[in-house]
Amino acid sequence: MAQPMSPAVRFVSCCRHFGQVRAVDGVTLDIAEGEFFAMLGPSGSGKTTCLRLIAGFEQPNEGHIEIFGETAEGVPPYKRNVNTVFQDYALFPHMTVGENVAYGLMIKGVPRAERNAKANAALAMVKLAGYEGRRPAQLSGGQRQRVALARALVNGPKVLLLDEPLGALDLKLREQMQEELKALQKELGITFVFVTHDQGEALSMADRVAVFNDGKIVQVGSPADVYERPRSRFVADFVGSSNVLPPEFASRHGGAAKWTSLRPEKIGVFPAGKKIGDGEDHADGVIKMISYQGAVTRFSVETGDTRLNAETAAGETNFKQGDDVRLIWPRSAMVAMEGGA
Amino acid sequence: MSHVAAVERRSGISDTLSDVFFARPKLLTLLLLLPPLLWIGIVYVGSLFALLLQSFYSLDDFSGLIVHEFTLSTYAQLLEEANVQIIIRTVSMAALVTLACAVIAFPIAYYAARYARGWTKAMFYLAVMMPLWSSYLVKVYAWKLILAKEGILTWIAKGLHLSWLLDGILALPVIGGPSLSFSYVGTFLVFVYIWIPYMILPTQAALERVPLSYIEASADLGAKPKQTFWTVIFPLALPGIIAGSIFTFSLTLGDYIVPTIVGNSRLMIGQAVYTLQGTAGNVPLAAAFTVVPMVIMGIYLYVAKRMGAFDVL
Repeated sequence: MAQPMSPAVRFVSCCRHFGQVRAVDGVTLDIAEGEFFAMLGPSGSGKTTCLRLIAGFEQPNEGHIEIFGETAEGVPPYKRNVNTVFQDYALFPHMTVGENVAYGLMIKGVPRAERNAKANAALAMVKLAGYEGRRPAQLSGGQRQRVALARALVNGPKVLLLDEPLGALDLKLREQMQEELKALQKELGITFVFVTHDQGEALSMADRVAVFNDGKIVQVGSPADVYERPRSRFVADFVGSSNVLPPEFASRHGGAAKWTSLRPEKIGVFPAGKKIGDGEDHADGVIKMISYQGAVTRFSVETGDTRLNAETAAGETNFKQGDDVRLIWPRSAMVAMEGGA
Repeated sequence: MSHVAAVERRSGISDTLSDVFFARPKLLTLLLLLPPLLWIGIVYVGSLFALLLQSFYSLDDFSGLIVHEFTLSTYAQLLEEANVQIIIRTVSMAALVTLACAVIAFPIAYYAARYARGWTKAMFYLAVMMPLWSSYLVKVYAWKLILAKEGILTWIAKGLHLSWLLDGILALPVIGGPSLSFSYVGTFLVFVYIWIPYMILPTQAALERVPLSYIEASADLGAKPKQTFWTVIFPLALPGIIAGSIFTFSLTLGDYIVPTIVGNSRLMIGQAVYTLQGTAGNVPLAAAFTVVPMVIMGIYLYVAKRMGAFDVL
């Protein structure tokens, strides 16, 4: 029996090795019921293996996994009330869209009329009403993604796993799907576990984010937590490409003698000699590169001992490559991090 | 820095030809297709048509000459009891051989597609293809020796105290005989051995195109391995199995060497054609016999298509 307060998913010191490779190396994590949880990390960081451990495609070599309080290790995927949206969607090409969505219900022995009605309702939920007679090959990438979502959700899973589901979509579609997924999750109240290497996606959608590196979770927290208060150089760099300041640089500029994160958008770019205000600090340097990115303009500035990236809101800049500039930032923007790495 | 022209002007036959083909890509396609189309049109379709035509002529029983007049009498002859027996015998053998090939080939093809990597895959291809490199006749005669009464199979059966099993099989009506090399069982075994590569390769190719994620998705949606096999893996492998069965079925239908060397004296279609066009000189009836496999294959493919076997393609 599931206890009332048990988390949706619990990892206790989980390890999964492939030969010498420790894909998942001692992960301990609770994912709460109804949470939109993102697993963020570079490729090979173990996030997808963690998802596959929840789905049951992989079994842990060590440690323990619970799904709603029930031991999951040794339980095959077809006995878990968990469904997955695959990265390549994995729609069955020999079945129509309707048959794909109704597949799980067919396997459970739901009568044809009932499962067709449910499949059509699920398709309507992902805005694909009327597409049940088509083949997956006749759909666009975005539509296939929605079918994969409907096929998973129609089974009423307790946890929905999404493996980089938006990776193959173009930017505009991706942003639209991000909003829709978020809305859908709010509406259904199902626990979503979402794997992505795109920090923007993780920050914008998730209630909580776990940052993975080398098979370990390096930080778990709300998106604001992870972004504003990175606890390690890896997180600072991976989530939002922060400037990672060495301890001696930080201490010279009014920070603690620790590795320190300074977000590019907190740094202002001014002409050389500009006066600084209270609670601010500065560094002088030469612009090495300017990259115009539409919404923002990014400057790479060489300041003698370290190179700093600064981002200013759009607008055409008068600075040119090679100009002497003064970088100014509030001291409060400098976030000291624990540990060396 | 030397000046480089933005538009090169060269001339020469090869250049001119390149320009013409670039401007008219369809011309190039036509030129490339023409020789093979002529080859297929004349050598394959043309000769088949000539064959079909022959089957509508008849043999004058008295003079032994072919009467070049349109008639259905040859087909009436084809439907005589003895000839129908030959057709039924051959089609049954071809169907059983195909079924056995499919059943034996599938696990091998599945292993090769799903699990074999690197050198195990190379070994798989080698093991499947190598028998095709040696002479067909040598292999069939080798099997005759293996299956003979004094052959290694009898010897092994004796060594394993399984002689009773072998004798039991040989004592069976119709399929049995004095020894394996003079029975339908023997013919069947040799056919299965000879044609199985033609079943393994297309089946494996079809299974290669089934990504692991389909199998995982099926399990994820609650299907047990057996259900996944019948609802996902098998339907996706079916076009490959059908392609393989076209080979094994039609090759068995037309073969006359295997049943001549290994088997009893009752004729198969291939042997009937061989005898009719040779010693008997009845080319029209021989032609009518060869139409039978074509009609059967046509019906088979039509039914397979209607059942949706090619929907994945």
